[in-house]
Amino acid sequence: MTTRSSPWLRRLLIALALAFLTVFLFVPLVFVFAEAFKKGYDVFATAIVDPDALSAIRLTLTAAAIAVPLNLLFGVAAAWAIAKFAFPGKSVLTTLIDLPFSVSPVIAGLIFVLVFGLQGWFGPWLKDHDLKVVFAVPGIVLATIFVTFPFVARELIPLMQAQGVEQEEAAAVLGAGGWTTFLRVTLPNIKWGLLYGVILCNARAMGEFGAVAVVSGHIRGQTNTMPLHIEILYNEYQFSAAFAVATLLALLALVTLVLKVLVERKAHGSVA
Amino acid sequence: MSVSTAIATAFDPDGPRVLAARVTRRRASVLPGFGLSLGFTLVYLSLIVLIPLSAAFFKTAQMTWPAFVETVTTPRAIASYKLTFGASLAAAATNALFGLIVAWVLTRYPFPGRRMADALVDLPFALPTAVAGIALTGLFAPNGWFGQGLSQAGIKVAFTPLGVYVALTFIGLPFVVRTVQPVLATLPHELEEAAATLGAGAAQTFRRVVLPIVLPALLTGFALAFARAVGEYGSVIFIAGNMPMISEITPLVIITRLEQYDYQGATAISVVMLVVSFALLLLINLLQAWTRRRLGAQV
Repeated sequence: MTTRSSPWLRRLLIALALAFLTVFLFVPLVFVFAEAFKKGYDVFATAIVDPDALSAIRLTLTAAAIAVPLNLLFGVAAAWAIAKFAFPGKSVLTTLIDLPFSVSPVIAGLIFVLVFGLQGWFGPWLKDHDLKVVFAVPGIVLATIFVTFPFVARELIPLMQAQGVEQEEAAAVLGAGGWTTFLRVTLPNIKWGLLYGVILCNARAMGEFGAVAVVSGHIRGQTNTMPLHIEILYNEYQFSAAFAVATLLALLALVTLVLKVLVERKAHGSVA
Repeated sequence: MSVSTAIATAFDPDGPRVLAARVTRRRASVLPGFGLSLGFTLVYLSLIVLIPLSAAFFKTAQMTWPAFVETVTTPRAIASYKLTFGASLAAAATNALFGLIVAWVLTRYPFPGRRMADALVDLPFALPTAVAGIALTGLFAPNGWFGQGLSQAGIKVAFTPLGVYVALTFIGLPFVVRTVQPVLATLPHELEEAAATLGAGAAQTFRRVVLPIVLPALLTGFALAFARAVGEYGSVIFIAGNMPMISEITPLVIITRLEQYDYQGATAISVVMLVVSFALLLLINLLQAWTRRRLGAQV
């Protein structure tokens, strides 16, 4: 059923909405692929299998493989505490969890330089023990963890709050232990929200640019992630190569969007 | 209600409903794992977020007040604030207008490709900012698909402040749509129909019926888009041209100072941005509480 607004107004609004989405979303996405293959498939393939590109891909996967499980664990723990129990300061805690979303990525990188950099809090100690965090892989992982910190928790907290505690309490009264209750009662209820949070967390972890740029030091073959590799290629005017690597991240984005639609459909199905 | 409870209620994102539930639930829970989950949450939060963030404030506290003021008010810093906040405001306003139209069209009018359009709205959340940055730069460069036509019309976008605005509009696009959409979905068609039956025109129905209900969510989306835009870096630096005093955003000023090993200066400017961001976060929380109250009252 539709509203009884005039057909012309309706057509105008649809046209405006589609024009806006086309200019800002659809065309840029198409453009990434068009530019990547502009000079032919060979240039594209060469850019992808370039050793520096491969090492950037490896580092990006490594950082995400550490950051996502840690933030998943944190998200579940935080949501369990916040949604299932009553304690003072809960709303402050919820706000603090969202904090990384409101911090500029550049500042997210900067604070880890202040803590672990040569002139930072732990700088002298790290130097004495021949350890490197900033301008090395650990710094990139830390910055990635920071910027993706809230994703899983923010999906799970409202979901678990809405579900209440009755089912878990029933399981506990019937003699189920903590882990059994979580695995058999809570997890099936939250699995789609959990998956959605992980998907978003992963997309951001693999695509993060600003925070990682500050802590990486841009050492080719060592501390370059895929987004940083794209920047270097672009600044060297190797546009086709830059867009070739960019297509991999654009594909990741498309997969993320498709998974999101599927997860939402599943979630609606299981509620209905 | 005591004053402290009133304040707690006002700042609680879930409002009085949960507060009431909390009071009734304050008996000992039979569920296990409270200490473990809360303990892990607090330790992890402190190690990853709170302690590193506090480093910025400790570092700045070592400066004298006049030195701090001088650092954060250099002409180059001031020019960057004007650009960052001005372009973010313009981008968020654009998103408020078009985001409302997109959300309305997606919830009200069936048309071919609607599902795809709906899914595409989240692209700025999923597409890495560096990819968005080089794509927009290529499109709006003087020889690009959009840039060619625009430069013939005498409009330069890439490598000017206008480019910053374009990138920030892209980045903030999903926020307004995704906050307004659920509110429109719960708004019964009957309300608009009733208004129309009573003789209201489309404009009047929108202004008197739809807008008052949507307003809190619209403002929340606007604030979220603005907050995201203020700190944005990746998508902007490719298209901005990054000329000091003209097209240099504040996050880039911070990076430039870092590259000159001026940690103190970089941190001081960061603290200014952090304070603004925290104020925005508080505002967004209040707006979200307002949205929920509006929705609760309506249902």
